[in-house]
Amino acid sequence: MELVLSLGIGILVGSGVWLLLRPRTYQVIIGLGLVSYAVNLFIFSMGRLVTDKPPVTQAGAQIDPTTFADPIPQALVLTAIVIGFATTALFLVVLLASRGLTGTDHVDGKEPDR
Amino acid sequence: MNLSPEHLVIAPVLIPFIAGVLLLFLDDRARHVKAFVSVLSTIVLLVISILLLCIVHTDNSANEDRIAVYLLGNWPPPFAINLVLDRLSSMMLVLTAMLALPSLVFSLGRWHKAGVHFHTLFLLLLMGLNGAFLTGDLFNLFVFFEVMLAASYGLVLHGSGLLRVKAGLHYIAINLVASLLFLIGVALIYSVTGTLNMADLAIRIPQINEANRTMLESGAAILSVAFLIKAGMWPLNFWLPTTYAAAPAPSAAIFAIMSKVGIYVLLRLSLLFFGSDPGFPESLGAQILLYGGLATISFGTVGVLASQTPGRFAGFSVLISSGTLLASIGLVQTEVTAGALFYLASSTLAISALFMLIELVERGQNMAASVLAVTMEAFGYDDEETENEEIIGVAIPRTIAVLGTCFAACTILLAGLPPLSGFIAKFVILNALFSPGESGQMHFIPATLWWFLALLIFSGLATLIAMSRSGIRTFWAPPVDTALPRVLLIEIVPVAALLCMTLVLTIQAGPVMRFMEATANSLHAPRPYIEGVMKTQSAVLPQPMETTE
Repeated sequence: MELVLSLGIGILVGSGVWLLLRPRTYQVIIGLGLVSYAVNLFIFSMGRLVTDKPPVTQAGAQIDPTTFADPIPQALVLTAIVIGFATTALFLVVLLASRGLTGTDHVDGKEPDR
Repeated sequence: MNLSPEHLVIAPVLIPFIAGVLLLFLDDRARHVKAFVSVLSTIVLLVISILLLCIVHTDNSANEDRIAVYLLGNWPPPFAINLVLDRLSSMMLVLTAMLALPSLVFSLGRWHKAGVHFHTLFLLLLMGLNGAFLTGDLFNLFVFFEVMLAASYGLVLHGSGLLRVKAGLHYIAINLVASLLFLIGVALIYSVTGTLNMADLAIRIPQINEANRTMLESGAAILSVAFLIKAGMWPLNFWLPTTYAAAPAPSAAIFAIMSKVGIYVLLRLSLLFFGSDPGFPESLGAQILLYGGLATISFGTVGVLASQTPGRFAGFSVLISSGTLLASIGLVQTEVTAGALFYLASSTLAISALFMLIELVERGQNMAASVLAVTMEAFGYDDEETENEEIIGVAIPRTIAVLGTCFAACTILLAGLPPLSGFIAKFVILNALFSPGESGQMHFIPATLWWFLALLIFSGLATLIAMSRSGIRTFWAPPVDTALPRVLLIEIVPVAALLCMTLVLTIQAGPVMRFMEATANSLHAPRPYIEGVMKTQSAVLPQPMETTE
């Protein structure tokens, strides 16, 4: 499981960074999306990878923490997803505004001289 | 209802939030109402910030650091999230409110009409800033950072236009990547320590075993990259001058404090997490801050000399200020930190005033003329027709006289010349650098410090050269077709108010410096902060009335 997850995160970050460095705004936003997925998975894995363990404890009962999953990374991921979604949407608006004003989708607002 | 001072701690977050959200319901044509509400809430914010400053600072005679902790969910620390007010955060709150009020009043002249929802964005930016200064929790810091950044994206684009959209696109992309780095750093630190509370982290980090140390340190390094991007350390700062120059003047004026948020977090977290380690001043992290700061000052100095428009010039002044602060933090000495805090207050006020002043001055001229003027000067061309002109006295119009005086004050402040507070700040930093340590013996002064000294003074000289060049061109020898800038009283008063604050800083340098020293002391010895947070008891809820049977 660890191997699959780390490979997945690695591939997402690798492709995301490559796209981020591309000259077209659409590639940049897809790259940002991929990196943010990878980061969300990464945060999730920081609570240690376990299966079949509930994150919520029963009220009142004495519990053994080792039999429960860490709930905090899950809460963090949720917040990070929401914030990432909002800022990416905002970026998309600016991207469209830039496309409309400059007439090109190059990140510098003009085509490089050939 | 009995409100303890702790309840006041959350007010700097709540007031701009509530006011900002309420303004969303108003139509943009009800501009006077919006302006009234936002100015009123900013004034309340200023009053509360000063009150909070008094709360943490009055008990100084007992030589005891007073902090106020607000438990948001009423869980005892280290659980859940909390807001912590200490000297540094209260100082930053006051500084934010002091910048916010003039910028907002300035915007009432014309800028708030340039686009929609200016007041809401502005208030939400204040909420993010105040929250970032107050929070005692790493993840909450991320949330407030994002609130601040999201509002700042809107403010950069306020007024629209090609230049702003182009600069805004780069600014947003870079900050989104920085936020992702922030998250990775937070996740790594959490995975090693199992907590996100800053005070709890300060206790646990020294106890981390060797095996996990690398993981923790890489987490801290990735985290600090996010703040260094915000603070504008070379080579992470190429976006900064362009963005700040493109942003509308009132936004740029409040952005002057935004790059200081990065500085604030670096100062707080580095000393809280690693300050207890005696080897920290020689560690890689501190060295990077020191040398990165020096590189930033050099880059800013070259940029100041090379910039052809006043807006970019002001952007590069932000970098010089950031570089000086970063290098001072990297030295990890209490006296230097105290001087740096004074410098922070003084330079932020001056840069903020400069951004607004530039916009007023630039109204009269067209952009191409000023670029041409600088280029012509560089190549040694002179205006040929000036030779045959009769020498006659020219009456300086009143507007130009006022603007010129403010411009001269900004020059003196940024170049660090006496008599204003910029000089005092630089003097305190340099004095702390070269005064012998507590042992009293003459100590060896490493080459780095000489570099710091040289760069600090040379950056002042470069600022002076660049600003006098631009000042002479603008005020004494304006191009013939220059129209007199139309300046409203409501626009020049904020600039003058900011400059008056630096005057107050100069005159009251003694008490202010004592406050800064107390702040630096509590930063370098954070035990009262940590214990104050950890020992906070959750408030006792009133018991429900027992019903008699």
